[in-house]
Amino acid sequence: MMSAEPLKIGSFEITSRLFVGTGKYATYELMREALAAAACQVVTVAVRRERMVDKTGRNILDFLDPAKYILLPNTAGCFNAEDAIRTAQLGRELLEGLGNAGASWVKLEVLGDRKTLLPDPVGTLEALKTLVADGFCVLCYTSDDPVMARRLKEAGAASVMPAGSPIGSGQGVLNPSNIRIILETLKEGDPNYPIIVDAGVGTPSDVTIAMELGADGVLLNTGIAGAADPVTMAHAMRLAVESGLLGRRAGRIPRKLYATASSPLAGVIGK
Amino acid sequence: MPLHVTINGEGRQFDGPLSIAALLEQLHVEPLRVAVERNRALVRRRDFAATTVADGDTLEIVTLVGGG
Repeated sequence: MMSAEPLKIGSFEITSRLFVGTGKYATYELMREALAAAACQVVTVAVRRERMVDKTGRNILDFLDPAKYILLPNTAGCFNAEDAIRTAQLGRELLEGLGNAGASWVKLEVLGDRKTLLPDPVGTLEALKTLVADGFCVLCYTSDDPVMARRLKEAGAASVMPAGSPIGSGQGVLNPSNIRIILETLKEGDPNYPIIVDAGVGTPSDVTIAMELGADGVLLNTGIAGAADPVTMAHAMRLAVESGLLGRRAGRIPRKLYATASSPLAGVIGK
Repeated sequence: MPLHVTINGEGRQFDGPLSIAALLEQLHVEPLRVAVERNRALVRRRDFAATTVADGDTLEIVTLVGGG
C-alpha cells in the first residue's frame, strides 16, 4: 500500500518514489526483471556514443518499454558544464524521438573529481542555469551541502538531489544532519518542493533512513545492480522506500535516554 | 567527392554528397535510436535528410545506454 498521493516534480506526477538506474546489470534481461521487482516508474539512462559495431546488435531500448517507464536521461560522466549541456540536449532529442515523457527533464550531473565522483558545484550551477533557460525540468545531483542545495533551488532546479555518500560507494547516508538541514531549508514555505536522495545507498536500511529523514524519494543504481541477487534486492528497496515513507508519516516517538515500560507497572504478582 | 569525417572520435571516409540521413543508413544505424551532433551543434531529427555532411565535419552519434 503506497501513498495515493503522487510525487510532483515540475509537471511530472510520479507514483513510485524509488528511481532506479539501468547501469551495470550483468544482462539486459536481469535489468528488466530487477526494474519490475522495484516497481519503479522512473528509470535513469545515460547518453553515450553509438558503437556502430555492436556484435549482438542489442539496444537497451529493446528491454525498456517507453510506454511503461519515464526515462530520466542523465549527464553522468560530464566534467564541465558545456559537455553536460550538450549531453542533456542529445538526451532530449533521443527521448523525443521515442515519444517518451522524459524528453523534458534531465538529471544534471557535472562531476569535479574522478576518484570521489563528487559534483563540481560551480559547473553544476552554470549548467543548471543554461538548461533551465532552455526549458528543461532539471533534477540536480549535488553533494549534501545545504548552502549549495539552496543555490540550486534558487537557480530553478525542479528537484535537488543530494548524495547520501559518493556514487556507487554503498556507504549510505553519511551526514543525516546535512540532509535534514537541506530538507528543512528547501521546504520552508514550500513543503512540496521535492528532494531526492541520489547516490551512495547500498542497502534497504539506507533507503529507509533517507525516507524517514523526509526525502521525497531515493534514486539508486549500484545498490541493486551490484547486489548478488539484484531482483531480490530491488524488491527489498521497494519495501524500504515504502517503509520509510510510512514511518515518516506515522510520526516516530521521541528519543529518550531512559526506559519507559510498555506493560503496566501496577498488578505485578508477588507484591 | 570524398568526404573526410570524424565520427565519434574516429576518422572515416565517405563518398559525397551525403546527408545525415544517408550517412546513418550507410552505418546501419536506426535514426530513431540515435541523436546527432554536427560540429558540436545538435542536428534535429527532422533535419537529418536536409543536413549535408561537409568535408572535415566532426559528428557525434549517440544512443541511450544503461546508467544511474
